[in-house]
Amino acid sequence: MAQYQNIFTQLQVRGPIDLGPPIPDQAFRSRSGRLSRLIGWFGSAQFGPIYLGRLGVASLIFGFLSFEIIGLNMFASVGWNPIQFVRQLPWLALEPPPPSYGLHLPPLNQGGWWLLAGFTLTVAILLWWLRTYRRAKALGMGTHVSWAFASAILLYLSLGFIRPLLMGSWGEAVPFGIFPHLDWTAAFSIRYGNLFYNPFHALSIAFLYGSTLLFAMHGATVLAVSHLGGEREVSQIVDRGTAEERASLFWRWTMGFNATFESIHRWAWWFAVLTTLTGAIGILLTGTAVDNWYLWAVKHRFAPEYTMPYVSPPDPATGASAANPLGIKQ
Amino acid sequence: MRGRILAVLGVVVGVLLMLALVNAFRATSAVQTGFRGVGMEQVDFNTRLEAKLAANTVPDPIPAAGEGGELAAYAYQNVQVLGHLSSGEFTRLMAAITTWVAPEVGCVYCHAPQRDDKGQIMKDEDGYVIADPNKMDSDETYQKRVARRMIQMTLHLNGDWKDHLKETGVTCYTCHRGQPVPANLWFDPPPDPMADRLVGSSAGQNHPNAAAGVSSLPVDPFRPFLVSDEQIRVIATAALPGTDRQSIKQAEWSYSLMMHMSSALGVNCTYCHNSRSFGAWDASPPPRAQAWFGIRMVRDINKNYLEPLAGTFPENRLGPNGDVPKAHCGTCHAGAYKPLLGVSMLKDYQVLARAQPQPPPRPPEQGAASTPAQEPTPAR
Repeated sequence: MAQYQNIFTQLQVRGPIDLGPPIPDQAFRSRSGRLSRLIGWFGSAQFGPIYLGRLGVASLIFGFLSFEIIGLNMFASVGWNPIQFVRQLPWLALEPPPPSYGLHLPPLNQGGWWLLAGFTLTVAILLWWLRTYRRAKALGMGTHVSWAFASAILLYLSLGFIRPLLMGSWGEAVPFGIFPHLDWTAAFSIRYGNLFYNPFHALSIAFLYGSTLLFAMHGATVLAVSHLGGEREVSQIVDRGTAEERASLFWRWTMGFNATFESIHRWAWWFAVLTTLTGAIGILLTGTAVDNWYLWAVKHRFAPEYTMPYVSPPDPATGASAANPLGIKQ
Repeated sequence: MRGRILAVLGVVVGVLLMLALVNAFRATSAVQTGFRGVGMEQVDFNTRLEAKLAANTVPDPIPAAGEGGELAAYAYQNVQVLGHLSSGEFTRLMAAITTWVAPEVGCVYCHAPQRDDKGQIMKDEDGYVIADPNKMDSDETYQKRVARRMIQMTLHLNGDWKDHLKETGVTCYTCHRGQPVPANLWFDPPPDPMADRLVGSSAGQNHPNAAAGVSSLPVDPFRPFLVSDEQIRVIATAALPGTDRQSIKQAEWSYSLMMHMSSALGVNCTYCHNSRSFGAWDASPPPRAQAWFGIRMVRDINKNYLEPLAGTFPENRLGPNGDVPKAHCGTCHAGAYKPLLGVSMLKDYQVLARAQPQPPPRPPEQGAASTPAQEPTPAR
């Protein structure tokens, strides 16, 4: 029994290549796959067949274009020095236009390249989305993956396209760069008075952390009953076996309630989708409906009040405080 | 067999990772400065605190000068700023300045060197260049002219910037620390060579930025905020939109300045701010107001004392754009929350406490040929 209780993949099925069910439009489908012991440690040992198709090819071309625009701009920003390019790579970025351009087209080297990179990347992502939808349909599947992906795309578009449009300035958008986009995130929160007090930001974090918790609970539960046939989850949704019974009882014992082998997947899907959906709402409200989330929280009385062991100084810029700039009680 | 090898390899890698992590944990000290549990605290590495203690020792004061004596303006030639001091106090201060600024080179760092008949600089028997005792009044070295302006600056700061300096004040040593050129200065960064090309503009940021905690924030937070008075405040002061036109990019520039202040003073954000609302004054710790005055003081220093020295400094003292060395918070603070950890050297050198009116020119019947010393004029 102990041999089944392992957190690594134990079973590699090796046999004839599985080409899947017969489907009508096989024109662009490669007709072979191959087996790999290495990828078998992580998933199915079979690699391929890959369906690229027109949408996939177009998506990769646009994705490559945006990758090149971003990468070459970064490379140019260190004077085409390959050593500096490698050393400084985490700091380099392609920056959106300065706010003075509003929504007008800036010169290429003052954000024009950023607009082009954003456009090509967006086209690539939307084409890839369409591809996930079309492939799911071709296989007679539901389109759950596509709609979950769409939720993530909504957050991406909110940050880089919809919110800048609403604010009337491309300069409000995120730079393409590793550290620069993180610095931007901090500056965004600072400018708009602390995103911590944005309820949709809070919801997004709750769903994000909730997703990891659910993923851990579900993965652990199924692994823990795999020696009883637990990984045949789907058949146990309708034909309850001892794995399902034990797993369910475990959660009822420990927390009084259990998700079913079906509903746990709906929980996971909704948590994942709502992470980026609520996040997008929080982004779109920032600067458009609320300009300072901390003051908004004070106004609506959910910023906690506490006393500090010091007396806060009056704002010296008001000039009224010159005689007593440190606000010392007299 | 392979599984066993993998397991052994895993254990070895794991142990190495653990060791790397343990090494990364350096002992820290924390002081709570606000309400419990809200992160209002100052944290620092113990090793860095010890280094700060060692780096911020104050030299012993020179014994006080005797009472009385002739005024420096009459005892010496060309004393334009400190002529009101007794000659005893004047020479005491000169000796102190020598130990603060040029302890190795001595008087001749500023004063004209002794020359032979051919005009060649002479050395004494030990091989040192010495100042010419007959030409102490000469303004021939640029160091002398800069030093005079810096003394005027010190008097002005101690007299007029008590909002920032309190009674602690500053002396030459606050910045110089025994070095002719203070260690912490800034120059304008060289222009972006890619700015007017087709690709590769850095938009003033996105390179490792030593001025702002090695972040990718805007590279030069000094010119806009510590010479010009660009607006630092970016956070809306109302909950709803309509009052604040500042952009996220402007927030990045302010953020860069704040990161500079944090590293220059060796403090966290929470030394001056309640981080739940960086903008709200009614939540901020008291040092924020003092820092506000500090920013204005540095602007005053750079605009009125350092940049006007542009024609005085020789080329080898200038930055890549030919600009003079300028001051920021770290020039005095040097990583400490208070320069020299708050020890006042001014109390032992009260002659630096404020600018004083200069004595009138000596009456002609006493026969000195000194230049008229009146209100100090900026020497260039």
